Amino acid sequence: MTLLTDDQKMLQDTARTFLAEEGTIKKQLRHWRDTGCKDGFGHALWKQFAGLGLTGIAIPESAGGLGLGSTEAALVLEEIGRNLTPSPFLTTAVAATRALDGTAQGDKWFPGILAGETVAALAIDEAKRHAPEQTALEAKRSGNGFTLNGAKQFVVHGASADVILVAARTAGSPGERDGITLFAVERGASGLDTENLGLTDHSKAARLTFDNVGVDADAVVGEVDHGWAPLQRALTAGRAGSAAELVGVAAGASDMTVDYLKQRKQFGRLIGEFQVLQHRAAYLYGEIEIARAAAYKAAELIDWADPRAELMTSVAKAKAITSAALAVQEGVQMHGGIGMTDEHDIGFYMKREAVLAQLFGDARYHAARVAELSGY
Amino acid sequence: MADLDQFRAETRAWLEANCPAEMRTPMRSEDDACWGGRNWTFQSDAQRQWLEVMATRGWTVPDWPKEYGGGGLSAAEAKILREEMRSLGCRSPLSSFGISMLGPALLKYGTEEQKKRFLPEIARGEIRWCQGYSEPGAGSDLAGLQTKAEDKGDHWLVNGQKVWTSYADKADWIFCLVRTSTESKHGGISFLLFDMESEGVTTKPILLISGYSPFCETFFDNVRVPKDQVVGEVNKGWDVAKYLLGHEREMISGMGLGGGSSVLGKQVGPIDDPALRAEIAMFDVDALAFTAMSERFIDQLKAGEAHPAMPSMMKYAGTELNKRRHELIMAAGGSEALEWDSDRTRGGKPARDWLRTKANSIEGGTSEIQLGIVAKHILRLPGA
Repeated sequence: MTLLTDDQKMLQDTARTFLAEEGTIKKQLRHWRDTGCKDGFGHALWKQFAGLGLTGIAIPESAGGLGLGSTEAALVLEEIGRNLTPSPFLTTAVAATRALDGTAQGDKWFPGILAGETVAALAIDEAKRHAPEQTALEAKRSGNGFTLNGAKQFVVHGASADVILVAARTAGSPGERDGITLFAVERGASGLDTENLGLTDHSKAARLTFDNVGVDADAVVGEVDHGWAPLQRALTAGRAGSAAELVGVAAGASDMTVDYLKQRKQFGRLIGEFQVLQHRAAYLYGEIEIARAAAYKAAELIDWADPRAELMTSVAKAKAITSAALAVQEGVQMHGGIGMTDEHDIGFYMKREAVLAQLFGDARYHAARVAELSGY
Repeated sequence: MADLDQFRAETRAWLEANCPAEMRTPMRSEDDACWGGRNWTFQSDAQRQWLEVMATRGWTVPDWPKEYGGGGLSAAEAKILREEMRSLGCRSPLSSFGISMLGPALLKYGTEEQKKRFLPEIARGEIRWCQGYSEPGAGSDLAGLQTKAEDKGDHWLVNGQKVWTSYADKADWIFCLVRTSTESKHGGISFLLFDMESEGVTTKPILLISGYSPFCETFFDNVRVPKDQVVGEVNKGWDVAKYLLGHEREMISGMGLGGGSSVLGKQVGPIDDPALRAEIAMFDVDALAFTAMSERFIDQLKAGEAHPAMPSMMKYAGTELNKRRHELIMAAGGSEALEWDSDRTRGGKPARDWLRTKANSIEGGTSEIQLGIVAKHILRLPGA
């Protein structure tokens, strides 16, 4: 079914109303940036997400969550993207939750996530470009647990997180999927150095250094050496989710720009009367619609556990990135000088797009993956 | 829901039992399509058999009413049929401008008599239709058309010329826009149906850059058309024409142009050049995303949720994608793809097909016209 069900439309309405009221650029993104917030998002808003049940969107009903699928997550993320709302929804409620699902660590952290009190982060990347198979951070057995040594970067909300899911190597060599183990490392672990960094979009991500960080055996998410399975769940959810958020970013930037074309006058005419801008805006409209269709399709295939889900997830992420990149670039260009000012919101869309594009792999990464998964 | 599940199971079983194996292989090209009509030569028994069983069941036009040769299926059932045909790889039993263009217009604007007369023979693939729209002086500005139909009391007398008439030399009948009044540009057009065997009709294929001639010039010299072959009201044919154009764009976008059934990177064979592989991979991203869009668009359409101007967006995106696909096929084929009549290239097929695609974004309204429609009707930009 490529159309939304009534329940899905209701959820979309709820998320749309909530985020258009509470998640605005003025109330959240700009506010937290201008007040120098160390987290880059508001905990009160995260509590409001919880109040609506949204922090538990992917947590099974048996554990008190909504137990909903990837399509529902996509609908919420689209609204988050449209408003550029800073929150741990994608990392915590979507990606980390999918990794933790069905594990003992899930039982431990789900109540806090449901309550909007817990933030979870993912520590995957070790270099400037996304390459999860290349995981090298070392985890050695010691006593009843493991000792972790190495470094991670681009850990979104890493300094605010109560728990960090860390991909580490317990066997094999970088480049292999086998031999990766996923660990749940708690905030303040001894030997864990956290460098909290502000990113271009005014969100926060951390560089983490692990210097003999000791964890118990029960910190393992899933099975030792077979962490690729929960990691893959997080990656797929994160990729499909960031694709949906990018569709929202693109739609938000595009709406703002089309409105501007109907207001701004030059040469005694509305600039939206100029065919050169009309055709570019119309082309952009189509690109965003196509990106949305791809994002919904990927979500649907993930929920059906369809063998094409991996392929479509990469298609969706790559397409969402190129569409959103076009939307923000055209957005700034068509706004002209005002689009270059900090006072105007359009620039925030450009910044957010850049960060979401890198998160869980950029367009080139996913295009290459499409080629690989298709066998060429 | 249970009813639909049962319908799905029955449909699948019926398709498995009735769709010949040969009709479950992907079409290699446009040449594999079955167009039907008085003079049609079936390419195989399987093609004939597949058309016959589907037409008997009304499934060449599953959602048309049964009394007009359709299957009488609900939107949900028709969708299931589409899905099951897609999943089993069944070819469309009949390619037809009668089904994709004229039929919907007749269902909306035709008289009961016209529906009973024309729709069943369309559904059975007995009459092949062509479209008389563009003229030498009326392309993108279609409403500027000059072909004249004079009221002669008991008949219309048609004089003028059409151009870009697809397959006019193979068609049995034409649906044709004619000027019945010069008092108003849009308000002086009528929508006529007539037999291409009528005295005074001549066609002349146009040789294209591809070496193919899918289009004709069509000339009308004192053609007599019975009065009851006007669809809709006299001088209100523009409404019918626009409605039909929407369906034409749906058809073009629904052909999965550009999306295609196979991943391009596999289709072109081994790719040595990493830069070409990267470019093809980006194309496959766009093509697979567009395929998802096509599915969504068709579902939206059938559910009545599609914006009326969406076919323009789909037509634009699909045709531009198809042009890009063939640019890449040519790039992957290198100098070999340039051979114009070698056996190795099956008579220059890659190059001829590549050139053929350049018409995709011109026929049925140019890309520029489509973008203008999206700007005006969806984005509501001023003065568009």
